[in-house]
Amino acid sequence: MASAYLVATFAEPRALVEAVTTIRAHGFKIYDVYTPCPVHGLDEAMKIRRSRLPYVTLVAGALALAATVAFEFYVAVFDWTLNVGGKPDNSTLAFVPIAFEMTVLAAGLATTAAFLLRAGLFPGAPAKLAGPAVTDDTFAVALRWRPNAFDTGEARHLLLTSGATDIRQMVGDL
Amino acid sequence: MILFDQRANRSIRLQPRRPVVGNPALSRITDDVARPLNQRPGLGWCACFAAAATALAIGVACVAYEIATGIGVWGLNRTVGWAFDITNFVFWVGIGHAGTLISAILLLFRQRWRTSINRSAEAMTIFAVVCAALFPLIHMGRPWLAFWVFPYPNSRGPLWVNFRSPLLWDVFAINTYMTISLVFWYVGMIPDFATLRDRASAGVKKTIYSIVSLGWNGSHRTWSRYETLNVILAGLATPLVISVHSIVSMDFATSILPGWHTTIFPPYFVAGAVYSGFGMVTMLLILTRGLMHLEAYITHRHLDAMAKVMLLTGSIVGLAYGTEFYVAWLSGNAYEQATFIGRATGPYAWCFWTMVTCNALAPQALWSRRVRTSVPALFVFSILVNIGMWLERFVIIVTSLHRSYLPSTWVMYKPTMIEVGTLVGSFGLFFSCFLLFIRLLPMIAMWEVKGAQFSDAQGAATHG
Repeated sequence: MASAYLVATFAEPRALVEAVTTIRAHGFKIYDVYTPCPVHGLDEAMKIRRSRLPYVTLVAGALALAATVAFEFYVAVFDWTLNVGGKPDNSTLAFVPIAFEMTVLAAGLATTAAFLLRAGLFPGAPAKLAGPAVTDDTFAVALRWRPNAFDTGEARHLLLTSGATDIRQMVGDL
Repeated sequence: MILFDQRANRSIRLQPRRPVVGNPALSRITDDVARPLNQRPGLGWCACFAAAATALAIGVACVAYEIATGIGVWGLNRTVGWAFDITNFVFWVGIGHAGTLISAILLLFRQRWRTSINRSAEAMTIFAVVCAALFPLIHMGRPWLAFWVFPYPNSRGPLWVNFRSPLLWDVFAINTYMTISLVFWYVGMIPDFATLRDRASAGVKKTIYSIVSLGWNGSHRTWSRYETLNVILAGLATPLVISVHSIVSMDFATSILPGWHTTIFPPYFVAGAVYSGFGMVTMLLILTRGLMHLEAYITHRHLDAMAKVMLLTGSIVGLAYGTEFYVAWLSGNAYEQATFIGRATGPYAWCFWTMVTCNALAPQALWSRRVRTSVPALFVFSILVNIGMWLERFVIIVTSLHRSYLPSTWVMYKPTMIEVGTLVGSFGLFFSCFLLFIRLLPMIAMWEVKGAQFSDAQGAATHG
């Protein structure tokens, strides 16, 4: 469903961070910010909480570690015992390298998959752009416009005094 | 006083501290990086590609002949069962290490200079691992049964693989390394694909960029998670890169052959891998900055930093050579001592001394800043590194095998033309892939260079 947004563009990130801080201090909610590169200080300005991706890494890695060690043990001790130079069937230390590799593999793939899912990125996904140059050299702030709950004049004033180079209304999907 | 002034001048020439020369506007960075993708290739690129493709064709012919006839076309014999093929394998795996080191370890250490070279170094890693994986595959003789190395339920028992074998550890290490490197590389390119998508006019290119950019729109909520993902992948890749070459070294170290059976191998192999990898990165970057006119992005500062890494790792490798001899003497083990005396004075002594010259002595020239900042000198040096590190693996493998415990089994090994052709072919594959990469994909991470432009202004919170 198409919504309306107020999109302000900036030429450089310092003004952008300042604008986000100001606008939030005046009670406006930021819908999102669009930048060509990661901008530091925006996480704090937008009050974004820490990503929970590391938990995915931990869980996937732990599961893969346990599964691999269990599988190696099952194969070497129960299902098909092999006498290799008289070494014990349960040569646990020899299981470490593969268990480590599988841990890293599963953790890496699961974290990447979780990221793509959470961010809604998939092949063929439509690119919902806030402006033509936000992936090149422009920084944009988008505020979602709601009738009767949004003082457009004040928002425009705050954004302009923070250094916005352009402000426009946009109807569409972000 | 005069001396002091000269040094001061030189250090000024080595500036700037920024990863990129000057302070280009953001759109200028996009233009500079995207330009080679939209232009017709230059004469230099075409000449290089023709040479690489010819080498690749030679390799394809040699491998086809070898698979059709059997590995008897190689110079291997009962005593020397591993030689050229495994030397090439270890060499190429080692080359890959510099890419992961630059993209992962330097990211964790927040080295901003890596931003304009990490993409091409990662690409190099992937192509090098592909070349490496080729050799064990064709050494199997029946490569169409290569899937037997994986533990899958089968109708032969099931007959499982032997989890206690370092050769199997290698299978898992190489596959994991390859997969994680590919994922890391692709994830790093998503924002740049979006940039290219948005500047392409409608057509095939735009469609392809739209698919591979996964709908990226530069949302900060996504950027925030994206940076977390990058740090996690770097954190995972860092122990991975160390484990891969350690496991490769265990293919040798866990055997009882004099010259192989030694605990120094894992760190020694990792240092050698980083040394050879940086040699290759330096060579490729010197070529590409000229071919693609990216001197403003791949600066003297990058070359200087890479030369310092080579100086460090080359010296570690030299120390390891000395340690091996010292330990052979200290062990009092006659077989161990005979192997090492044989290396330095036997029929393959010329390989050994070339290796020592290239790997332990040559890098000492890098103490001089004049050498580190001279492009021709570094180019020659990077070739020496590659020759030396290839010979190192050859020396370790062949001189240990050809004369071991039983004198009646002593033989000489000589490569056949098919083996030499296969090595040439692997270089052809590597350079063909790399040359296509610099034409088809953004070879400099635009978003990282753009981010690094502002990190001074943002104080200590620099991003990787």
